[in-house]
Parts: sequence; C-alpha cells; structure tokens
Amino acid sequence: MTVSVEELLAEVVDPEIPVLTIADLGVLRGVSVDDGHVTVTITPTYSGCPALGVIEEDIVAVLNAAGYDRVSVNTVYKPAWTTEWMNEDARRKLDDYGIAPPTTQGPVLCPQCSEADTSVVSLFGSTACKALMVCGSCGEPFDHFKAI
Amino acid sequence: MTTTTKTTPVEYLLRLADDNVVIGQRLGEYISRAPDLEEDLAVANIALDHIGVAQHLFSYAGELEGAGRTEDDLAFGRTERAFTNALLVEQPHDGFGDLIARQFLFDAYQLELWTALSDSSDERLGGIAAKAAKEARYHLRHSSSWVIRLGDGTEESHRRIQEAIDAMWRFTGELFDTDGVDRAAGVDPASLRQAWEATVDDVLSEATLNKPDDPYQATGGRSGVHGEHLGHLLAEMQSMQRTYPGLEW
Repeated sequence: MTVSVEELLAEVVDPEIPVLTIADLGVLRGVSVDDGHVTVTITPTYSGCPALGVIEEDIVAVLNAAGYDRVSVNTVYKPAWTTEWMNEDARRKLDDYGIAPPTTQGPVLCPQCSEADTSVVSLFGSTACKALMVCGSCGEPFDHFKAI
Repeated sequence: MTTTTKTTPVEYLLRLADDNVVIGQRLGEYISRAPDLEEDLAVANIALDHIGVAQHLFSYAGELEGAGRTEDDLAFGRTERAFTNALLVEQPHDGFGDLIARQFLFDAYQLELWTALSDSSDERLGGIAAKAAKEARYHLRHSSSWVIRLGDGTEESHRRIQEAIDAMWRFTGELFDTDGVDRAAGVDPASLRQAWEATVDDVLSEATLNKPDDPYQATGGRSGVHGEHLGHLLAEMQSMQRTYPGLEW
C-alpha cells in the first residue's frame, strides 16, 4: 500500500458541505494503525448532526477500498468541537463556496461581494452548523457557518 | 475512556435523555407550523440538537446498564411511567408563544446544567455536556430574543407571551428539586436555580413581562408521575417501533 491512511482520509468530505474534508473541519481527531488495524477518531460538530453517520460509513468505505479491512471508528466528545479548529485553508474554501466562514469578532463579510453590511435573517439555517444572513450591499442571502 | 473515570447512575442519564427526547418531539410537532420558514428551520434544528443529545445519553445509559438495551429500545420501548422527564418539557403548545415560553425556561436551565456537568468526573458524560452547553447557549439566544420580541412587541403579542410564561411557570420548580439520584450524579439542581433566575429576570424585564409568582409548583415527572399529555406524545413518538418492533431505517 503506497497511499498513507492520512492521505486516504483527506478524501472524506462533509456530506453537507462537500468542499471541506473532515480534517479541514476538525472532525477528524486522530488516526492510528496497529498491525494493520486502523482506528480513526472523530468528534461530532453538533450533537444531532446527521452527517456524522455518513462520515463514519465513508471513512470505512474509503479505507476498505484501499485494502484496510480492519477499521474502527471511535467517537469522542471531549474536547467539544469548536469552529476555532477550522484552518485558514478551510475558511477560504468555505468563502469560495458561498458560505461565510465562522466569525467571532468584527462583521461577517458577504461571500459574494465581500461587503460588511450584512445582517442575520435567522439564527438557524439549512443545516445545524449554519445561520442564514443577507447582504445589504448586493442583496444576496447567504449562509454563515456559526462560530461555536 | 480512561479507567479512572467515574460512571453516572443509569437513572440519572435517563432523566437527562428523557428531558431532551421529549422536548425534541414537542418541537418536531411544530415544524411547518411556525410563523415563517426561517422559524420552521430553527425549530427543526433545535429539535435535532435535543434528539442528538438524547441519542448519545441513551446509548451511554444502555451500555452502562448492560442489559443489551439500545438507544432505540430506551427511547421507543419504555412506557410513560418509566419516563422521568420534567413536566415542563411535556407541556403542549397551542401556539408559537407557548413553544417559545417553554423553550426559554428550559434553555436557561439546560445551559446551567450542562455547564455544571461539563466538569463531571464521568468523562463521557462531561464530553456530552460540554457539547450540549454550547448548543444550549445558542438555543437560549434564540428563545430569549423571541421572548423579548413578543413581550416588547404589540399588545396582542405581549398578552400572549405573558400568558404562556404564566402557564409554564408552575412546571419550573421541579427542575431544581433535588433527590438521591441527583446527589449521586454530582450536580445539585438547587445550586443552578440562582443563575437560572438571573437569566430569566433579565430577559423578562427586557421583554417588559411580569415574573409570575404562582405558589403552586407541580412535581412528579422525575418519579414517572406525569400529566395527561405525555402518554399521547409517546403514543405518537413510539408508534413505529410499537408497530414494527426492532425496525431499523
């Protein structure tokens, strides 16, 4: 096997935001290989996130396809997932995709026109991790990845 | 998990899980009936968080119990008398104001509870709680903003949210009652009351609403003695598993 487990896992994306890998999101917490047995540790973004089950299945499928037959996926809850684990690369990918990356200080910039004249339409959006916002400058509604 | 971690009484985990699955079901009933599409999404997302927390807790409780019961068995296979949710979460809603009042009073309690349980000596419970605390803070932001918007809104919205808060108030005392199960789990609910009241006072005052002083406080939920509403809720929630036992999606 020439491809490392880490490289294989880089193919596993969030099924709801397919531009982000589970490593980008910070959902992937660890990988260990012991005598051919791969243990992958993940953490949920939100308690009820329906994507977690799909992510688990995708991890097993990707590794099985590469010849790793023995795969366990562990779920850990602590430390609790935070959007601070999202790297710069991930934030840029989100923005390019049309979702404003998580912002804790300063205004949320519109992913379409980069203006700061934005406001919250609803604290909850199309998935558990997003809020719905609108840009006062270009008038476009957009998703904001909630900072938690 | 390390071997030094303590475990929590199964009874306590079920109490926490029951609160969350029941309010999740109540919220689910309202999807498509909210004042606007954004609120439908909000109600659905909040329900999802609660049901997710319940799922993690049921699953842990089932493992600790060691009797082979899964999260589905615990949620869909227990009868009304076995549920130990607080009476507040099973209260029905006639309108959006009732839903918001119930949610606000519960969110403010859950935030304090999960924050306290984040430091639990039971690592797994502590992890679930730390995550749930973040979610509760966000839920509270949503429900508080609605209490304020409705209370400080029109005469009609003010009247209706005040009535809803008044009606739910008698089910809040039970949240802070302490018994042996709580003591064994390490967080005394009575110790959460002060912080809960501070939140409630601030929001009600900003919402120009009166704090109820109803001396009657109903209890019984924690020992499985419920009002008439829970049975109906469970009948609907459990109907698939009762009809097709062991059904999996």
